Parts: sequence; C-alpha cells; structure tokens
Amino acid sequence: MQLAVWTYEGPPHVGAMRVATGMAGLHYVLHAPQGDTYADLLFTMIERRSARPPVTYTTFQARDLGGDTAELFKTAALDAYRRFEPEAMIVGSSCTAELIQDDPGGLAKALRLPVPVVALELPSYSKKENWGASETFYQLVRALAGPHAPPPGTRRGPGRVCNILGPTALGFRHRDDVREITGLLGRMGIEVRVTAPMGARPSDLARLGEADFNVVLYPEVAGQAASWLTRTFGQKATRTIPIGTNATRAFVEEVAALAGIDAAPVLAAEEARAAWYARSVDSNYLTGKRVFVFGDATHAVAAARVAAEEMGFKVVGLGTYSREFARDIREAAKLHDVEPLIGEDYLEVEAAIQAAQPELILGTQMERHIAKRLGIPCAVISAPVHVQDYPARYSPQMGFEGANVLFDTWVHPLMMGLEEHLLGMFREDFEFHAEAAPSHLGGAPAPAPVAIAEAPAGPAGWTAEAEAELRKIPFFVRGKARRNTERFAGERGLASITLETLYDAKAHFSR
Amino acid sequence: MSSLAALGRSPADQAGCTEAPVLRERGQREVFCGLTGIIWLHRKIQDAFFLVVGSRTCAHLIQSAAGVMIFAEPRFATAIIDERDLAGLADANDELDRVVGQLLARRPDIRLLFLVGSCPSEVIKLDLSRAAQRLNRTHSPDVRVLNYSGSGIETTFTQGEDACLASLVPEMPASVTSAPALLVVGALAEVVEDQMRRLFAALGIGPVAFLPPRRARELPAVGPNTRMLLAQPFLADTARALEARGAVHLPAPFPLGAEGTTGWLRAAAGAWGIPADRSRAVTEAGEQRARIVLDRHREALAGRRIFFFPDSQLEIPLARFLARELGMRPVEIGTPYLHRAHLAAELPLLPRDVLLSEGQDVDRQLDRCRAEKPDLVVCGLGLANPLEAEGFATKWSIELVFTPIQGYEQAGDLAELFARPLVRRQKLRV
Repeated sequence: MQLAVWTYEGPPHVGAMRVATGMAGLHYVLHAPQGDTYADLLFTMIERRSARPPVTYTTFQARDLGGDTAELFKTAALDAYRRFEPEAMIVGSSCTAELIQDDPGGLAKALRLPVPVVALELPSYSKKENWGASETFYQLVRALAGPHAPPPGTRRGPGRVCNILGPTALGFRHRDDVREITGLLGRMGIEVRVTAPMGARPSDLARLGEADFNVVLYPEVAGQAASWLTRTFGQKATRTIPIGTNATRAFVEEVAALAGIDAAPVLAAEEARAAWYARSVDSNYLTGKRVFVFGDATHAVAAARVAAEEMGFKVVGLGTYSREFARDIREAAKLHDVEPLIGEDYLEVEAAIQAAQPELILGTQMERHIAKRLGIPCAVISAPVHVQDYPARYSPQMGFEGANVLFDTWVHPLMMGLEEHLLGMFREDFEFHAEAAPSHLGGAPAPAPVAIAEAPAGPAGWTAEAEAELRKIPFFVRGKARRNTERFAGERGLASITLETLYDAKAHFSR
Repeated sequence: MSSLAALGRSPADQAGCTEAPVLRERGQREVFCGLTGIIWLHRKIQDAFFLVVGSRTCAHLIQSAAGVMIFAEPRFATAIIDERDLAGLADANDELDRVVGQLLARRPDIRLLFLVGSCPSEVIKLDLSRAAQRLNRTHSPDVRVLNYSGSGIETTFTQGEDACLASLVPEMPASVTSAPALLVVGALAEVVEDQMRRLFAALGIGPVAFLPPRRARELPAVGPNTRMLLAQPFLADTARALEARGAVHLPAPFPLGAEGTTGWLRAAAGAWGIPADRSRAVTEAGEQRARIVLDRHREALAGRRIFFFPDSQLEIPLARFLARELGMRPVEIGTPYLHRAHLAAELPLLPRDVLLSEGQDVDRQLDRCRAEKPDLVVCGLGLANPLEAEGFATKWSIELVFTPIQGYEQAGDLAELFARPLVRRQKLRV
C-alpha cells in the first residue's frame, strides 16, 4: 500500500479513454462499478470537449456481484454497439472489474459483433495512465494495421509520406503541437497520411502502413506502437522531440534524412523569434537563473535542454514521474550534472525543490502549487494540468512557434518576480508608499517635502551633510542605504553619521 | 407526455405525486460514488481525517473532485492497494497499519480517522471494521478510528455522507435526561447552521445539536428523548441507526426555499408544542425576506420547463421549491434513490404531471431529455457541456451540494443558481 494525497497519473483505463476519446468511430465498453464515470468530466470539463467521451460503463453495483456481472457486460456491449454503431470497439476492465475476473474480451467475442473488437488487459494495480494509453494504442495498431503488413523482408526506401503518432485527448498542448508539426512537415514537402490516435478513425489506423516513416511526438503514448511498426512494416520513426529551437532544427534534419530530402532550405527559412529574444540585452538577467525541472520524461528532458542551451539558465534539478522513462531522465541528468529524481511522491518533489533552492520551477500542476507555497516563480511544461492549460488560443510547445511560446511562458513569471521584487524594494519610498496616489493618474502631489524633513531613524544622528548626500542616491536604493549605514554606525557605536560614515558603510556592505 | 402514458397514468388522477408510479431504470449510471462526500465532510468535521483504502482510480477521483483544495494540507488521502496487497490479505492489513502509522505521525492534530471503504477494498473483502478496531487499540485515546463504505457498488454520491454519519451513531453518548432534545441531522454550511440555531432559540426549542458536529469529540447524545429533524434527504441509514437508539423522526419538508424552511421549522415547533401564532411571529420576517428575493428571480424562471438527471437525492425537494415558489415546470425528476418515508412531506407538493424516475439508464434518459426539449437541465459535469453543445441550458448539480442553499437567507442564492445559466444564455451574443 502506498499513501497518496496526490497522483501524477490516473489509472491505466483513463489512458485507454484518452485514446478512445481522441479518436472517432471507436467505442470503449468499460467493465466498471458505478462512479467510475467521474473520468468523463476530465474530458468535458478540463479539456472542455463538447461531446461525451465514447465510453459505455457497465456500472455494476453490489447486488450484481452475485453472478450476473458477465451478463451485464454483454448487455452493455451489445447496447453500445447498436446505439453508436462504431467501426471498432475496445473492451476492458477498470480496477474493480479486474478483481471480479469476468473476461470482457471473451464475452465480447461471444457476441459476434460485425466489427473488430480489441480486448485490453490493463493491470490497474501495477500500471498507470500513460502505460494504459500506450498499450491501448499499440493493441489497436496491431489489430487494425496488422492485417495489412507487407511480406517479411519487404524494403522501404526514403519517401515523403509520414504518419504523426502519439497525440491523444487530454494531452498537454497536443492539439496545437499537431498543427505546428503538420505545418512544418508541409513546408518541407512532406505529406501526413494518418495522425493518430487523435483525429483518426479505426479505418485510418488500417492505412498506417501506407506511410514511409513515422513521426513520434509523444513516446509515452506512441513509442511501443512505433517500434512495432518499424519491425512489421519497416517504417523508421523519429527520435527527436521538436521542443525548443535546437531540437526543432535537429528534428527537421532527422525528418529530411528519413524522407531523402535536403533540410537546408527549410532551416534557412525558419527561425524562432525566441532565439533573438534570448540574445537581446533585456534577457541578460536570465543568465544562470537556477531552474528545477519536473514532468513527464519527454517534456522534462526537452525543457532542461531548452533551459540550459536556449535560455542560459542553470538546471539545478531534473525529475520525472514516469518510471517507464527513467533511463532518459538519468541520461539527461548526467548532461546537466544533477541528481535525477524519479518517483511520484509529490512530497519528495517538494523536498527536492526546497533543497535545490531554484529561482524558477518548470513542472506540472502540482509543482505550480508547490511553487506558490514556496513563493518561487513557476511555469507549466507537462501534464497533469488543469483547465487553464487547455487554452483557447494557439499555444503549441513544439516547433518554432512552440519555442516562442516557451520563451514567453517561462520568462513571464520571472518578469513578474522581478516586478514584485522591485515593488517590494520601493515600498518604503515616498513615491511608492501605501497611501501615494498612482503617479500616472496625476492626482495628489507627491509628499516629497515630508520625506525630506523626516527625522533620521536610529540611534546615530545624521549630519546635515550626510543627509544631503543620502538624498542624491537613487530613491529605489535609498532606504536600503539608510538602513545599512545606520546598522554600520550602530554596530560601531558611532554617535553621528557623517559623510565618511556613509561611504565607509557603502564600502563595507558592497563586498 | 409519452413517458407518463407508458406508465399508464393520466396527469390529473392524484393529489401531488404521493402515489405516483415511479419509472425504475437500470443501466449505465452517470453518477459519482460515495467517496465524493469526503470533499465536503472533511471541511465540516475539523479534526477528522478520511483515509480511502482503494485503488489509484479512487485517488484520481478524489483529486479530480477536490480540484484545487487538494493542496491546502487536506485531511483526506488514499492508501493505494497494489499488487503485493492483492497477493494475501494478512499482508494488506499489515500494510494498512503501516500507512495509518505514517499518516498519524505526520498529522498529530487528527482526533478521528475514518477508514473509507471503496469498490476494490469491498470486492477483496478487506475487513475495514476489524482494521478500525485493531487500529483503535493502537492509537487510542488520542485518535478514534471508524470505518464506513463510500464505494460505488454500494453508495451514490451523497450516500457517502449517510454512510459516514451512520458510522458515527454508535459513538454518540446515550442521553441521560428525558427532556426532549432536538437533533438536526445532515452536514450544513456553518452559516446555515448558525441561522438555524438562532431560529430555534427564538422559537424556544432546545437544546439543539447538529450531526455531524464541528469537532469529533463534540458528538451529541441520543436516546428516546431525541427528536430528529433531517436537514438532507439522503440520510436513510443514519436515520435508521438513530431510530434504533430511540430517536424519533419529525416528518418535514426539507428546508429549501421559504415554504420548505417554514415547514421544516414548524415540524420542530409542533413537537415542542409551540403555538402557531408564536412560531409564525418568529418565521415571518425571514419568510418575507426570502419571498421578496425570490420574486426577483421569478421572471427568469417562471414557466420554464426543467429536467433533473439523478445525482444527489436533492432533486425532489429542489423541484418542489422551483415549482411552487418560482413557477417552474418540472418535466422529469430523476433521483438515484427515492426514500418515500423521508419525502412524505415533499411528494404531495409536487405538480401532478411530472415523471419521477429512480435509478438510471443514461442513454435512454438522454433520449427522453432530448425529446422533451426542457428549458433547463440539471445534470452532472460529465453531461453538462455536451448538452450545452446540443443547445440545452444546463445547471451542473454538484454545486448544489457545495453551496449553502438551505434556510430563508439562502433561498435567493438557490434561485439564482438556476436563473444564472438562463440569464447568461440571453446575454451572450457569440
């Protein structure tokens, strides 16, 4: 047993729902108790989908456990087929149904439905959401594309037709990543045959073999299916995740090699604005900012690279909740010379963040809240995310526009941080004290004379000369200079603060 | 209405819906399980902790339902059962003890720990009542450990509160006096609870206690002198457990709207033998205030047809309030479970031509809803946006459980919850 307040991933059947909901013409019959329909609202509320997920739950109750749960499953599957008339169905159990050991696959087979029915084995007590999505997609691809596999040994040369694999419902920015990468491929003269699971029908999956190679956007979902396609159809798959300017350029080169074309024209024509923004002098203050990165392995590894290479940050922590991809994180952690953090106990993540003392956290929804508690700026780079990270506006993470989005998203909380810091520093100044009217409203005149006439605080008195000199110091550091000087004088038991004391103190504190 | 015809019933042959036939359906249910009750119960009992013994699905449900609340050091968590626990039951019990020890070490402020059963723990027959007994021996007197089931196979949404409160009943001390005492049963928002206390005091009713209490050690006494007023319609098991200890149920409508609140208060006043004119003098001001506010929402709601999907068992009292005080026309009132005895004061007040349904086959119910074309649909969040996209105005029902809606002062807020989606649809020009 594991004590959990928060889980980064749902159970594996939620992963299967993400595949089914992303597709069209597919229906999922899930053997599950009353209540498991809660997962519908992840799609209708968080992702704001306008249709119910294509899932029928058997909703068995305690009184059904006597023996007719199998019958209940058959009725539900038959009703679902008649009502929704899908091209194909997937059937399986949720965690509780796994315990009662009906066999959805066998039961569905007995119904002799006139469409392909793919049975899913999703072990709920050892696996999680991403694994469920991956397994579901893999089983669907095997079942639907498998019959069209070419004879063994068939050669496949470079060619300009590809599939895009991995996007699902409830994926972090999947909608816009697909659009961005499809556009990029289009500008390279490459045709996308099938994008799957998101947007595909079962009949589209049957046509996966028509492509020359596969573009894998999210290995967590599509890695397994892609390697099966490599083995069975001889289709190679991309390995570079096009997140960040450099990775996108590497991706373009990798795709060009697979398609047998020249990458140079595209690379010459395309550039992320982010690259120039990062070079502009305004970004100087970003140099060496300490950043802690946590998320799914793909996004975390990509974000760490962008942070170090394209923003000039220092990566001080790197981790993932996806144990299946722990190796990728370990390798990346070596590059950044940090200790990898692998696990899904968010208290452990919080402890690691506190120990690393970053100035920026790049993470999931949970890290956003950890950051809020610790008062550290934060940006979201990975699922799980809440409703605000399924935005109405176009906001990919991938490709050149994605790099622009990353720059804005990551710098924004830091600018906010700097603003807050400045405001805090100015708080005691006469122009910014709590009662002062906003200067741009042209209201009451600033009470400057009062500030000047104010008697110096502290035990040591200021000489007129020193006081006059203090007023020449820019207002936003004046308060600090006054405090430091008085502290300096106090520690040395000086009776009055002279011009000499002021500069002695400045020299003392400037070390 | 074709559905009524199917039930062999003409609209005008009964007074209200007391004898009305009920359409009982079985099929896919789009409802929450009882675990969800934890989300509001833990806010109510301030030193209690709810430990769900379940799967990753249960943890995922709680975090989806709790939304942002999960980060404020919440007093609930899940002991996630894994493969090793499924291998042998003895092991699972040791594991549970370990997890509870770990938890209580982290939260020394906890006085009451609920082990909350789930579908997986029920199916593998993990005996949580024995586990609670065992853990009590280890952790008493600092912490009391109780158990109840919030599983989907046994409970629907608010029934989780019923199961929780029923588990508290054996813990309540026996009353030592014979003088009548009022017990208000059902978690109410603190603001509502305080208003009710003031009204009972003005009526001269006392002593008054509430179940659940705000702190675990403040459980009220119960005995043959206890008169209980149900504040919520979903408390069948709790009421039965209290009756077994001698408490007497005071039949009343539920305190929703001006009429419901007055009826509810009057049931207590009757039991205390308070003259009608005195009780009217106390309730009049609040009732009048409520009616004035309700009038403001009447224009948006009167004559509008409303359809309830089953969710919380609040549907029947809500439909009664909307029909009688705001002029709405209920078309179908779905409820997960219809407890006739507790609704005895509600059913006669319902309009006659309404279809009552208990249980659910969600696709068929959606077919009925689409055929009826109601002006407003009350449903869960899994159905709300899809129905909006089909052109229906919806009111998501979970809000009715989290928002203070009972009593005179909240009657206007309650009406507004239903008026807002209709007003919003008028305002939007996109």
